[in-house]
Amino acid sequence: MTTVETATGTTKTMVLNMGPQHPSTHGVLRVLLELDGETVIRAVPDLGYLHTGIEKSCEDKTYSQAITLTDRMDYLNPLGNNLVYCLAVEKLLGLEVPKRAQYVRVLLVELQRISSHLVWLGTHAIDLGAMSVFLYCFREREEILKIFEMFAGQRMMTSYIRIGGIALEPPAGWRAAVDRFLKMMPSRIDEYESLLTGNRIWMGRTKGVGYISAEDAVALSMTGPTLRAAGIAYDNRKMFPYSSYEEFEFDVPTRTDSDCFARYMIRVAEMRQSLNIVRQAMAKITHEGPIRTDAPGIVPPAREKMKTEMEALIYHFKIFTEGFSPPPGETFVTVESPRGELGCFIASDGSPKPLRAHFRSPSYINLQALPKLVTGQLISDVVACIGTIDIVLGEVDR
Amino acid sequence: MISFLNANATIIIYLVKIALLLFIVLTVNAYLTWFERKVVAHMQSRWGPHRVGPHGLLQPLADGAKFLLKEDPTPAGVDKFTYFLAPLMALALALTSIAIIPFGPEPLHIRGRDITLGIADLNIGILALFAITALSVYGVALAGWSSNSKYPLLGGLRSSAQMVSYELALTMSVVGVLLLAGSFNLRDIINAQAHHPERGILGWNVWPQILGFFCFFVAAVAETNRVPFDLPEAESELVAGFHTEYASFKFAMFFIAEYTSMITVSCLCTIMFFGGWLSPFPASWTFTHYLPSVILLPFGLWVIWDGIRYETIFGKIILPGVGAAITAMGAVLIAFPAVNEFIQGPFWLLGKIFVFLFVYVWMRGTLPRFRYDQLMSFGWKLLLPVSIANVVITAFAILMWGAR
Repeated sequence: MTTVETATGTTKTMVLNMGPQHPSTHGVLRVLLELDGETVIRAVPDLGYLHTGIEKSCEDKTYSQAITLTDRMDYLNPLGNNLVYCLAVEKLLGLEVPKRAQYVRVLLVELQRISSHLVWLGTHAIDLGAMSVFLYCFREREEILKIFEMFAGQRMMTSYIRIGGIALEPPAGWRAAVDRFLKMMPSRIDEYESLLTGNRIWMGRTKGVGYISAEDAVALSMTGPTLRAAGIAYDNRKMFPYSSYEEFEFDVPTRTDSDCFARYMIRVAEMRQSLNIVRQAMAKITHEGPIRTDAPGIVPPAREKMKTEMEALIYHFKIFTEGFSPPPGETFVTVESPRGELGCFIASDGSPKPLRAHFRSPSYINLQALPKLVTGQLISDVVACIGTIDIVLGEVDR
Repeated sequence: MISFLNANATIIIYLVKIALLLFIVLTVNAYLTWFERKVVAHMQSRWGPHRVGPHGLLQPLADGAKFLLKEDPTPAGVDKFTYFLAPLMALALALTSIAIIPFGPEPLHIRGRDITLGIADLNIGILALFAITALSVYGVALAGWSSNSKYPLLGGLRSSAQMVSYELALTMSVVGVLLLAGSFNLRDIINAQAHHPERGILGWNVWPQILGFFCFFVAAVAETNRVPFDLPEAESELVAGFHTEYASFKFAMFFIAEYTSMITVSCLCTIMFFGGWLSPFPASWTFTHYLPSVILLPFGLWVIWDGIRYETIFGKIILPGVGAAITAMGAVLIAFPAVNEFIQGPFWLLGKIFVFLFVYVWMRGTLPRFRYDQLMSFGWKLLLPVSIANVVITAFAILMWGAR
């Protein structure tokens, strides 16, 4: 508590403990707010309420087993987490993934990006009081989760992307399902926009709120839509293409106003771009073709092979009991998660388990900017700012 | 006994009327929550309550029972007296304001006594009503302050500021109507809109007072702390605002108070600007008097039909019963013209109130929430000047062309 000078004389500030149980800190974020009336003088985010020890747990799993842990990190982007982890292990092993599997990965990761942005839009809207948008967004997200369930048998924790390819052959009827979604989604995005974009109250709540300059954003190493809203077209899919992203045509939307409204517009535009990428990926995925690279001893053999060939049976047994041992070394891979640059660092000592697995999580790093965004704003803006940084606490406290 | 009743008839009639109105308002309140949840749910492509009773119709009863049975802890460090007083005050004031609303033009004749629809027919009706609603800020402010907790404190501060500032715009916006009617009495205000019975809907105050109406409605929404002005209880910012620390029936009291003031404001909107119990059709169109039956009969039949194919036994019994009652009501209206004539006023009044309640719910399903400072600047910099300008324009017009 400090004293501040106001127009009516000196007054004492109030410390408000926002969170860890608060409806709009998106999980268990705790922000200590020092308030003068409703104006925020100081904001200190306090993390660690959802510490799961996923990175540490990875050290005790074989390389294949650790995939299931990555699902649970950023729980709105499990496929993206799978992807970055698998890309890192594949780089360590020097594996080349078949094109077909790469396209399926792109397809799913882009659907995941849409679903993550939908959750973001819904929760952000309900934070600002627009209740219906929340349910509309979850309605569409449900369709995406159904597609995931088709592919992987799981709605959220899919673990569908595996080292060397993908877990299963794409299911029968997936094209029709994705097609239906692609047909439906553009008009649904229009629907959200018709409720929010031109709405005076919405603009009043988001325009000019939570400004951060491009220099500050770079200095705080922010990435993702938050950085692109500040006018810097930094997107890992374009800068360091992975999983054949260089073959896809899409724009990286940017804006320069760098406030909550800009970040909202960027994410809506990204949803449309992702739909575009999904459409292209659908066309590229052939009906036949390998879904896993041929790497005996690393990638599990096909079921039929395992049942008929002695060697395949032995490999299968070894992979699932002992695991495989990559050569000693270190590797770092980044992908563009819905929240920004998601990196995975893996150090191998030549044993079947990672010596160290570390994730550069965009939520955690973007969250650094929160005090900068909210200082001098009102309590209501704190909610808007936490919303537009788009944090997932599971990823903040890996 | 009879002589006692005769001697004290006036008091007894009032007591019965109060009890009846209280019962009706509380029931309507309960079903307003059901209505709101159902309508918002359908707007959001979900079903809303549908487990307790047919179409979730018993949900309000279940909620009421839950509120009564829940543990009612008193947080440590609260100012006990004020903490208990606040919900009582909020509820009592909200219910009191309903007493001033007149619900129909003609008094009911029972055994040679005229029983007016409505409890208090004050000559300063609207002033008294505003006085009561102005006091209701105490409930919120005291609740926020006495809870000894930071979120309620902020909520209480916000709503005191909000309610006090919007009170001004609210009062100013009706001055135009008062000038037109030349009276504070709510009955006179309605009757003033019936000067030209042949004009029907065109004679209502909403046309000359369209500015006043918009100001009034916006200010009234803010006054009742509803979306988009629900900052005092902005759940995403202040958890639950001023009633964060309240549980059980004390919480329910705030809830009932909020819904009651919604009803009051809808009543006021209807009375001040939409002709109260007046029919929107010209007086010569007597066939429109059958509109209540035309609505009730098919609706009752539909409820019966819906009940018969309902999946639970309970629904199969209850819904056709309710449907039969509604159909019978429609039939009675056709059969007895005197009853039909009597019901016209209340029918239109309640119908219009219902429309306003729907608008409330509709806004809740559509709009985001204002920010505190925007709310204040909206109230002081836009609403108040516009409503004052409306007063000036109206006064000038009356001076030039007369009130009628």
